[in-house]
Amino acid sequence: MPEKDTLLLEVRNLKKYFNLRSGFFYSKSSSSVKAVDDISFFIKKGETFGLVGESGCGKSTTARLILRLIKPTSGIINYKGSDLVRLKNSQMLKYRKEIQIIFQDPYASLSPRMTIGDIVNEPLEIHKVGNKNSRLKRIKEYLKTVGLNPEHINRYPHEFSGGQRQRVGIARALVLQPELIICDEPVSALDVSVQAQILNLMLDLQNEFNLTYLFIAHDLSVVKYVSNRIGVMYLGKIVEVAPSEELYVNPLHPYTMGLLSAIPIPDPELERKRQRIILPGDVPSPINPPSGCRFHPRCPNAQDICSKEEPVLKNYNKDGKEHLAACFFAGKPI
Amino acid sequence: MFPIKEEKNKQPIDDSDLGNIIEESITEENKFDKKYSKSSLYKDAWRRLVRNKLAMIGLAIVIIMALIALLAPYIAPYDPTYREKTASQQGPSASHWFGTDILGRDIFSRVLYGTQISMLVGVIAVAISLAIGLFLGAISGFFSGIPDAIIMRIADIFFAFPYILGAIAIMTILGPGVLNIFIAIGLLGWASVARLFRSSILSIKEKEYIEAARALGASNSRIIMKHILPNSFAPLIVYSTMNVGTAIIVEAALSFLGLGVQPPTPSWGKMLSESLNYINSAPWLMFFPGLAILITVLGFVLLGDGLRDALDPKLKR
Repeated sequence: MPEKDTLLLEVRNLKKYFNLRSGFFYSKSSSSVKAVDDISFFIKKGETFGLVGESGCGKSTTARLILRLIKPTSGIINYKGSDLVRLKNSQMLKYRKEIQIIFQDPYASLSPRMTIGDIVNEPLEIHKVGNKNSRLKRIKEYLKTVGLNPEHINRYPHEFSGGQRQRVGIARALVLQPELIICDEPVSALDVSVQAQILNLMLDLQNEFNLTYLFIAHDLSVVKYVSNRIGVMYLGKIVEVAPSEELYVNPLHPYTMGLLSAIPIPDPELERKRQRIILPGDVPSPINPPSGCRFHPRCPNAQDICSKEEPVLKNYNKDGKEHLAACFFAGKPI
Repeated sequence: MFPIKEEKNKQPIDDSDLGNIIEESITEENKFDKKYSKSSLYKDAWRRLVRNKLAMIGLAIVIIMALIALLAPYIAPYDPTYREKTASQQGPSASHWFGTDILGRDIFSRVLYGTQISMLVGVIAVAISLAIGLFLGAISGFFSGIPDAIIMRIADIFFAFPYILGAIAIMTILGPGVLNIFIAIGLLGWASVARLFRSSILSIKEKEYIEAARALGASNSRIIMKHILPNSFAPLIVYSTMNVGTAIIVEAALSFLGLGVQPPTPSWGKMLSESLNYINSAPWLMFFPGLAILITVLGFVLLGDGLRDALDPKLKR
């Protein structure tokens, strides 16, 4: 845990259970989806914290919980000393200015009936920043910053390519000069060549504006490229947290090992020799997660204890750096 | 003294001037933009609509019918209720283009005046269903839960009635008359509008740009007005246009059954029912009002069809 003045966001014991409704009219809930189940992590000022995991593991739910787009079942989201979970909507408005989001799908995240100028203007209008002229100036400035032609301010999103649309989305997130930007798979809907452009833009912006990113993705190579620290999620739980070089060199959790072995190597010789760890089976349903360690039905190292007790995140690094893993046999090779 | 004065003279560009300069350059750019690159979904849609010949025919029919309705008193050669006693049941001729009915009234004039009722019914009834349907549909779609369940179950009840039967029932309660036709048809139409609007709200509500607006702290009313309404207009426009045709037919049917417009006010449906007994001896009595209904409804349907094609973003490229 870092000192107070470098800490920007701390999530503690965050839970989100979605109740499943059944019946014709609205009967009592019978079961719930444990989308996010007791996760804790922190983000330091100016760093990029990557959150990886496969579809449905609760990454995006975590993003939406932090932005309070959905209400958590329980837990604490501590941003600069105030708990976002307990704020009133009116108090939250102040923080909405500081925490922004970039969405996955640049085709769905921009209203098709608004010009890109209107789209970037909306945050300014909601937070009543400046007057009409100063806003216009600022919009153009930010469109330029993200690499768009400010003359295109009156164009509509459908006139742009996916990469350009994502730039509009970034301009919208940036225009209020936020501190924390939550990037919910910002490049996974883009072509690989465009992905690199957008990632580089995001890194440049981070340096220029001193931004902090929570970077959510399922592509490990992308996360590795941008993140300082990485958290690996599986079925609503964080199973491993480590600095990114450390995680790639020395993964401790068998799930992380499996994920890492799935990254293709851009060298045919090495790629042919690459050992792949194929995890058996599918991700179990989050309605009825497995007992004990949630990974045990798919884990090659599983033993009796794994199905009975739930492992907690423990630090396995001796030189003061944090390398957390939730596994009884952390570091044991598969 | 002198150098200081010069210094002072050198810095007179204050903030307001700077603002003006920037403003000027911005408006210049804006003009440029509007001239060369302003294009919206509706403009694109209009371009597609113009290219669609059938839709243009429909639009022409609708415009002509609207003009006829407005100008009927000026273009009709006779008063629609005037009885020319010497000219009973005459076929089409130079003096009576569409012939005369049993009472010696000029069919051409009556068809022209009938346009007024049909167009009014179409527009007002649809406006009533839109007003009720949009309001209830918005509540239902946006707030979901119990209000949604109640509104949609009531809508289901309305759907369970056959349209004409429902109209007959309401007309029987309210009594015949032009105003009551508006109310009856309007009341019956709201359920479809509400359902349509609710479904588009439900699909739009889940879109990421709504989430983006929420993340920015936009209020509910802002989200409805700025994001949901503009994005759900297209299906409503199409539906309303089509529905004008339906409303015209229902009015004709009600008048045909004697529940609608009362004589001697000319209405196409009423004229059809009056012509029933003379179908063999004077077929023109039936032919011209029938043709008027056919053409008008066809006009609205063609236009609606064209609008749907033009507004559907999926057809774009």
